[in-house]
Amino acid sequence: MVAARAADNLNMIEIEHVTKRYGEKVAVEDLTFSVKPGVVTGFLGPNGAGKSTTMRLILGLDRPTSGTATVNGKPYRDLPAPLHEIGALLEARAIHTGRSAYHHLVAMAETHGIGRKRVQEVIDLVGLTEVARKRAGGFSLGMGQRLGIASALLGDPSILILDEPANGLDPEGILWIRNLLKGLAAEGRTVFLSSHLMAEMAQTADHLIVIGRGRLIADTTVAEIVAQASKDAAVLVRTPQAAELREALVGKTVTVTSAERELLEVHGLTSAEVGTTAARHGIVLHELVPQKASLEQAFMGLTGGAVEYHAGMFGEENAEEIEVAA
Amino acid sequence: MSAIAEAPQTQPVRARPYEGRVTLPHVIKAEWTKLWTLRSTRWSLLVSFIAMAGLGPLVAAVQMSRWSTLSLGDRLTYDSINTAVGGYHLAQLTIGVLGVLVISGEYTTGMIKSSLMAVPRRLPVLWAKILVFAVVTFALMLLASLISFFAVQAIVTQHHVQHGIGDPGALRTVVGGALYLTVLAVMCVGIGGILRNTAGGIATFVFLLFVLPGISAILPSSVNNAISPYLPLNAATTVASHRFDNTHHLAIWAGFALFCGYALVAVVGAAISLLRRDA
Repeated sequence: MVAARAADNLNMIEIEHVTKRYGEKVAVEDLTFSVKPGVVTGFLGPNGAGKSTTMRLILGLDRPTSGTATVNGKPYRDLPAPLHEIGALLEARAIHTGRSAYHHLVAMAETHGIGRKRVQEVIDLVGLTEVARKRAGGFSLGMGQRLGIASALLGDPSILILDEPANGLDPEGILWIRNLLKGLAAEGRTVFLSSHLMAEMAQTADHLIVIGRGRLIADTTVAEIVAQASKDAAVLVRTPQAAELREALVGKTVTVTSAERELLEVHGLTSAEVGTTAARHGIVLHELVPQKASLEQAFMGLTGGAVEYHAGMFGEENAEEIEVAA
Repeated sequence: MSAIAEAPQTQPVRARPYEGRVTLPHVIKAEWTKLWTLRSTRWSLLVSFIAMAGLGPLVAAVQMSRWSTLSLGDRLTYDSINTAVGGYHLAQLTIGVLGVLVISGEYTTGMIKSSLMAVPRRLPVLWAKILVFAVVTFALMLLASLISFFAVQAIVTQHHVQHGIGDPGALRTVVGGALYLTVLAVMCVGIGGILRNTAGGIATFVFLLFVLPGISAILPSSVNNAISPYLPLNAATTVASHRFDNTHHLAIWAGFALFCGYALVAVVGAAISLLRRDA
C-alpha cells in the first residue's frame, strides 16, 4: 500500500484555499498550509480562530464551502481504511456516554476488522486498564482525553491529529501526553496538534501554523517566531550615568524610558549598539541585558495584529472575544 | 511496536500492514456491538419483548376470569388472535422510542463523530444500523408474538374460543405483528436520523402514529373517512390485526405496503441528511 501511493504526499495533510462558512459566519477563510511528515506541527490560535473547524474539515466531518483538504493525497471520505491512516482526538467528546470505554473501542475497531487484542493494547497504553469496563459517561475530563487518545491510536495510524490534547489533564497527564507525542513523532509519525497555549506548543512542536480569525498568520518554526518578536524587544541598561547615556542614545528611531533612576529601557537598538555607543562616550555600564520576547508575547504580537486587522471587518464584538481568549 | 521504534526518523511509519478496511460486514458487526453494549437498549428491548409476549396472555386471563360478565356480543366476537398480537400496542411505543434513540443518541453524545470518522462514506453506518435494529426487532418480536399466541390459546381453551396457528389469518396476524413493529423500527431510525434529536424524534414519531388519527377523528366524517385509511398507524396495523373495521382501513397488504412507503421516505430523508449535512 505504501509503495503504491504517491510518495510526495505520504503522511501529509494538505489544506488548499479552504473556506468554510456557517451561514453568514466565516469560520475559515482561504486557508492554505500543509502538515509535513515526521514532525510535530503545532496549530496555534486563540479560541474561536478556526482550529477545530479546520480539523473537522480535514476529518471529513464538515464539508468545506470551497477548497480542498486531503490526507495522504485523498479527501478523508475517500480513505478506504481511515483509522489506519489518521487517528484523531477531537476537542468535543465523541463517545456515547452510556457505553464502556472497552466497548466503544471494540465497536470502532470492528469497522476496520481490528482485533480485540489491539483494543486491549491501546487501553493499557493510555492507562485506562482499571476503568475500561466502566461507563464513559462517568469519566473525568482527563480520563475522557485518554480514551480519545486510545481511539486515535487504535488503527496504529501514521498521522495523528489532536485538538487541544492537554485539555483537562493534570500536570502529570500533560507530561505524559507530551512524551507520548514526542515518542510517536520520533517513530516517524506525523503529528498535528492544536492549542491556544504557546508555551505548551513550544514544549512539543517543531513547526507552527498560526491562525487568527480563520486566516493563516504564520507558517514557521517556534524559534523563528521568537526571533521575529525579539527584534522589537527592549534592551535593559543599568548605569550610574543614566542621564548621559539617554542623551547619547535618543534619536529618530530610538526611544528610552526609565523605570528606576539608574535603569534604562531602550527600544530600537540592539544591545551591541547600546554598548558601542556607551563606550564611545566613556559611560560606565553595570548591566546590559537584551530582553527576549517570551513565547506568549510573541503569540500575542502575532494574533494581536490579526485582531487589529480584522476588527473593522468583523465588528467590535468579535474583536473582544479574541482579546479575552488571547 | 519495537520494529517501529528502531525505524530511522525519516522513514514514514507503516506500523503494521492493514488488518482490514471498512466494509459493510465490518460496519454491521460494529453496529451489532453498539446496539448490545448500551444498558438503555438492552432494557428497552427487554421491555418490548415482555410487552409483546405478556400483554396478550394477561388480557386473555382477565377476560376469561370475567367471561360470565361479558355481554353476549362480546363473547360472540371475541377474537383470541387479536388478543394474542395485541401486545404490539405497548411494544410499538418502546420500539419506536428505541428506534429514534439508536441514532439520535449518537448525535446528542457526539458519538456520531467517531462513527463517521471510522466510516467516512457515512451511508454504510445508516444501512448497518437499520439492518441490525430491524433484524433484532423482527426476531425478538416474532418470538414474543408466537409465545403470546400459544399462551393466549391455551388460556382461552376453557371457554372454547381458541384458534390454531393454522386457522385462516392466524399465522399472518402473528407474523404481521412482528412485521409492523420492524417497519416501525426502521421508520423511527429514519426520523431520528433526520432530526438528530431525541425529544424531537420521539415527538415526531408519536405525532405521526398516534396524534394524527385523533386529529382526523375530529374532522367531518366525510374527510375523516377519506384520509383515515392512509394515516400511518391505520395503514400499518392492518397486517397485525385478525379482523378489523373495513371502512377505516386499506386492504391488508396494501396498507402494509403504504406503511413501508412511509418508512422508506423517512430512511431516504435520513440518508440525504447524513450525506449533505455537516456531522
